[in-house]
Amino acid sequence: MSAPAPEFDRGNARHGDDSRGRKRGMPGDRTVLAVEGLDVGTRHTPLLHDVTFSLHRGERVGLIGESGSGKSLTALAVMGLLGEGLRAGGDVRLSGRTAATRNLLDVGEREMARLRGDAMSMVFQEPMTALNPTMRVGAQVAEVMRIHGTQSTTGARRRVVELLDQVGLPDPAHLARSYPHELSGGQRQRVVLAIALANDPALLICDEPTTALDVTVQATVLDLVVRGVEERDAAMLFITHDLAVVATVCERVLVMYGGRIVEAGPVAEVFGDPRHRYTQGLIAASDLVGEGGRRGRAALPTIPGTVPAAGRFPDGCVFRSRCDHANDLCASLPPWTPRGEHPAGDRAYGFACHHPAGERPSHSTSPAGALAEGSTVEMEQHRG
Amino acid sequence: MLLRLLHRAMVFVASVLAASVLVFAFMRVLPGDPARVALGINASDEAVARLREQFGLDRPVVVQYLDWMRGLVTLDPGIEFISKAAIGPQIADRLQVTLILVVTAMVLAVLVAVPVGIWMAVRHRHLDGLVMSAVSQVGVAIPAFLAGIVLISVFAVRLRWVPSGGWVVPAQDPVGFLQRIALPSVSLAMVQAAVLARYVRSAVLDVLREDYLRTARAKGLRPVQALWRHGLRNAAVPVVTVLGLQLATLLIGAVVIERVFVIPGLGSLLLDSVAQRELLTVQTVVMVLVVATLLINFLVDALYLVIDPRLRTGSR
Repeated sequence: MSAPAPEFDRGNARHGDDSRGRKRGMPGDRTVLAVEGLDVGTRHTPLLHDVTFSLHRGERVGLIGESGSGKSLTALAVMGLLGEGLRAGGDVRLSGRTAATRNLLDVGEREMARLRGDAMSMVFQEPMTALNPTMRVGAQVAEVMRIHGTQSTTGARRRVVELLDQVGLPDPAHLARSYPHELSGGQRQRVVLAIALANDPALLICDEPTTALDVTVQATVLDLVVRGVEERDAAMLFITHDLAVVATVCERVLVMYGGRIVEAGPVAEVFGDPRHRYTQGLIAASDLVGEGGRRGRAALPTIPGTVPAAGRFPDGCVFRSRCDHANDLCASLPPWTPRGEHPAGDRAYGFACHHPAGERPSHSTSPAGALAEGSTVEMEQHRG
Repeated sequence: MLLRLLHRAMVFVASVLAASVLVFAFMRVLPGDPARVALGINASDEAVARLREQFGLDRPVVVQYLDWMRGLVTLDPGIEFISKAAIGPQIADRLQVTLILVVTAMVLAVLVAVPVGIWMAVRHRHLDGLVMSAVSQVGVAIPAFLAGIVLISVFAVRLRWVPSGGWVVPAQDPVGFLQRIALPSVSLAMVQAAVLARYVRSAVLDVLREDYLRTARAKGLRPVQALWRHGLRNAAVPVVTVLGLQLATLLIGAVVIERVFVIPGLGSLLLDSVAQRELLTVQTVVMVLVVATLLINFLVDALYLVIDPRLRTGSR
């Protein structure tokens, strides 16, 4: 797997055609997705607050947080696939083949359908149920090309075999004639990936694509996902709660809690030197450090309490009900504190915490070293 | 898939055999000698003995059973005790009438229930969907015979649009046939449609929650297209199950409606035969109904295999 490196200019040499990504009122020409002030909620319960981030072409960004923090909801809002009774406000712009002149939240269903599966596509968590059980997988892959008219019927048939081959499925011509139940979970997820990549989307959203897979299959599928988006110079939003996966796949990470992005930045910096207390807890609670980093058989530390039910998050800092450092100040909403310059803007590198983890000199010699050292320090502090 | 179908066919044959033994046994377990029952208490012993001999009722039970089975297989189950009329042709005539009635009712029910059910599911959060749902709930509770009586009193008695009952062969008098089948088939269909629509609703609601429908939307299909192309076939499996059960109950349920509308169907024959204590006829009619029910189940099973590839294990 390619090493994560926060180089945002990487794709430039390959694709000089910057005019395709040009749009109104956004920094940089390479922005594929710009989400600004996204709010989602039911009529009575707000679920997402002021979610702001952007993705550049060729950039892989992780979206992490516990279950119920709003990760999937963010993805569905971007895709325009929110369930009935959920409404979204804010500004979501996508520049795929056309310039992002419109806010996707104002676009009608017919036009959104035209974008879905074409300019942007999505891979879901559960491969076992994501495919139609009564339809041959080849037909399901071909369908996405036929819907958008990217291939004729015969062209699609040929392309299906190519795509299935690209996602590493053996004997693709034969496999195209199988039904989903005849395939394993890993194979099905490859088919879902083939569907998502069929029309060369500018944006791929992956919602925990490997969580349901065997550990042995996870790495291969991740590799295919990364290769798929790299070949297409597509932007990827990768939702997961597996920090190790983020560390291997993504360059940048967004940390979500209580429907807000609480911290963001390059993976090495955020994981190596987390500032928000939630990020700190999340990293301490993960096995990111590995056996060597842990003392003997000490149990992993956990974040006290559980994620509140939707709409039950406290005012001010959403994390204060579970945070050891919370005081009266935290009843007010912590402002976004930029940590440094970032090509994707202020909101791409910073945090929102009144009592951020202390300033420490950077350990970073290599990203991996920074990760291990930083996390160990955090854990000691957590226990002390 | 063929293997699977063969297996189902064997189960069907085995079920028919088991059912025939049960039906035969039940009739023999009933207290009293069939010949005595048929002739009445006042019949002389000689007359009873003659009838017993004539119909082989004095022979061992196993032989009687095999005789009856031979009659069934050769489609000639013999003649009635008293009237001496041939049973086979009678059943054939009556079965034809009942089938026309039941199939018409079922087709009507499906034509109404499927679109209504889908509508109720898609609009389940909206007023129109809820109202339809409530109406169908009431429909489920109305017995067919009551619906029949109400329909007769309105359309036959009050408005005089159609006769209140009776039957003509469709080929002889198509208009008269349509006039006579309208009310009984509608009264049968009303309840069935209400029940079926509720099953269609819940099947479609289940499918709407499925991940693959979200995948279909993520591919760029609009909600209606996604439901049409990916949802309905998957929703069909539970609906076909209910359809099969309904067809079977309709066949039996037609007994009452045939009475209400004076239709010479299988149900009327059954009731008449019971009244006249024609044991052999009762036994044979019951067997025909059982075979029809089992046949419907077999067809439903076969249909599953067509609809859902997951059930075709052993294919390829």
